[in-house]
Amino acid sequence: MAIYVNKDTKVIVQGITGDTAIFHTKQMLEYGTKIVAGVTPGKGGQVVEGVPVFNTVKEAKEATGANASVIFVPAPFAADAIMEAVEAELEFTCCITEHIPVLDMVKVKRYMEGKKTRLLGPNCPGIVTAEECKIGIMPGYILRKGHVGVVSRSGTLTYEAVLQLTQAGIGQTTAVGIGGDPVNGTNFVDVLKEFNEDPETYAIVMIGEIGGTAEEEAAAWIKENMTKPVVGFIAGQTAPPGKRMGHAGAIISGGKGTAKEKIKAMNDAGIEVAPTPSVIGETLIKVLKEKGLYEKCKTL
Amino acid sequence: MNIHEYQGKEILRNYGVAVPKGKVAFSPDEAVKVAKELGSTITVVKAQIHAGGRGKAGGVKVAKNLDEVRAYAKELLGKVLVTKQTGPQGKEVKRLYIEEGCEIKKEYYLSFILDRSTSRITVMGSPEGGMDIEEVAEKSPEKIFREVIDPLTGLMPFQARRLALNMEIPTNLVNQAAKLMIGLYTAFVEKDASILEINPLVLTEDDRIMALDAKFNFDANALYRHPDIVELRDFDEEDPKEIQASKYDLNYVSLDGNIGCLVNGAGLAMATMDTISYYGGSPANFLDVGGGANTEKVTEAFKIILSDPNVKGIFVNIFGGIMKCDVIAEGVVAAAKEVGLNVPLVVRLEGTNAKRGKQILNESGLNIIGTTSMAEGAQKIIELVK
Repeated sequence: MAIYVNKDTKVIVQGITGDTAIFHTKQMLEYGTKIVAGVTPGKGGQVVEGVPVFNTVKEAKEATGANASVIFVPAPFAADAIMEAVEAELEFTCCITEHIPVLDMVKVKRYMEGKKTRLLGPNCPGIVTAEECKIGIMPGYILRKGHVGVVSRSGTLTYEAVLQLTQAGIGQTTAVGIGGDPVNGTNFVDVLKEFNEDPETYAIVMIGEIGGTAEEEAAAWIKENMTKPVVGFIAGQTAPPGKRMGHAGAIISGGKGTAKEKIKAMNDAGIEVAPTPSVIGETLIKVLKEKGLYEKCKTL
Repeated sequence: MNIHEYQGKEILRNYGVAVPKGKVAFSPDEAVKVAKELGSTITVVKAQIHAGGRGKAGGVKVAKNLDEVRAYAKELLGKVLVTKQTGPQGKEVKRLYIEEGCEIKKEYYLSFILDRSTSRITVMGSPEGGMDIEEVAEKSPEKIFREVIDPLTGLMPFQARRLALNMEIPTNLVNQAAKLMIGLYTAFVEKDASILEINPLVLTEDDRIMALDAKFNFDANALYRHPDIVELRDFDEEDPKEIQASKYDLNYVSLDGNIGCLVNGAGLAMATMDTISYYGGSPANFLDVGGGANTEKVTEAFKIILSDPNVKGIFVNIFGGIMKCDVIAEGVVAAAKEVGLNVPLVVRLEGTNAKRGKQILNESGLNIIGTTSMAEGAQKIIELVK
């Protein structure tokens, strides 16, 4: 099962002729992802890593039956690329691109209202359903098939958590990076709902960071609806206020969006929060044992 | 990116937003010259620094004649202003804004910001002007009113009028206020602002609605399409290390500890700081080399860290996804050789091409302490800087 993507997902790489895209197309293919087409306007007819390149997303979809895409298009053109994927009615699109102007994303979100496509990102590492489908830039070798869902605003912290789980013999269903921008397509609550309904997922790791209120909203949702144990981590406990910490969305402004508030909201919702990222795995194992789920989650 | 009040008001003038007449001055002579040109009975001498709370810190003076303008200009230029937003070290005043005084009947608050939960721009107004909006939000949240703006239509006049009425702007001036708000919104969108705050917006004795202050912040990701805004950047207002970092697209924030951090990914960089603090150490900086870093960028990152005299040790914490560990390793080796590494260096490499990265470090002949986890690395570097 797992969520959003699986072994049958057929993927288009938008911006496939760029260096980064070529590198990661190769990596995704090696992982076993069904990359069926690439799109670079004006370069239709070329072949990259054995993948045929088309001029438009629609054309690529019609020729290959693709239902998803991953976007490696440079920031000034990325909003346009997302809208093209939405217009082509792909089920899922994942935008890796960082530094997209916020007002471009405000327009994208407005454009997407009432449309069927789910957008993951932007400014995200993508999504991996263990041993089935890797869309984006996560180092796939760290995942093992299993029963824990991972969702995070940070790419590298996702890897950190996943590796700890794998090393402890705890496999994963899907790891989802929702990205570090203030305006994004998929938020914690969207992913948590999916994990809650996914029969293969028994427990969830949620990694947030300072800025905004997405973690608080997630905590409120978990308190009301979640039937599975959730453990968490919040990055930025030592971040100074008013400074943007790398991610456009990671900023404490007007005293709001602090790690302290988020950890409190999560604790109030019954989520165990790891004190450092190095013990996310340990924290989950402790909770799994308490809930009698450890043996079921142990995959190695 | 932040700009000065006088620059913000210049932008607003171009969008038909009513602001008092005024001009920047860099010396007392210039200040007097500007005041003469303005010819107003009262002249306001305002310190220009990138921080709020200037009034309370004594950075805004009201002069009744040209002699007073000169005296205040002399007093303020070169003065280190400490406001609640500057931190205890304060900021030196290098520019003044000389503005005609106006008689204020009432003050309001108005701002445009991104509302993250709706993914839309929101305009926020309050009859409680001139004070900290966070304070208003805490004491009387019912006095803050919001209008969410549809990007398709922009701020509609009916929304602006409704907000003006909620803000208790006199009925006969509601249309004037609405026009001003739409001008502000247009400026916000066309210039890719991330914050536009007018505090206070004022009603004058002669029944005009005016922006008496203008705080602009621009979306760094959109600066590529606004060369005019980039030109307004005042390097005197920024940390030199942060300026250097921005030239190489590195996300760097100066802190006051002694352990330099070089990390890939914003989340991991924050978590690295958190982990160092958790084990009793103190980070000297936040530094995210980003996804697309190359050897040159990493070399620069290393130089910036080493340029901080407080740095007594460095922790490199890399988990390669899009970032390849061998690239980081090459950068570390190149930089260490170029600037001469004289502090302990702990390196943790994990992820894409980690093996090759470790090999490069081992073969470099440099004294590098390897480590396998973030927690272990943090504890090692803390021990080494003691």
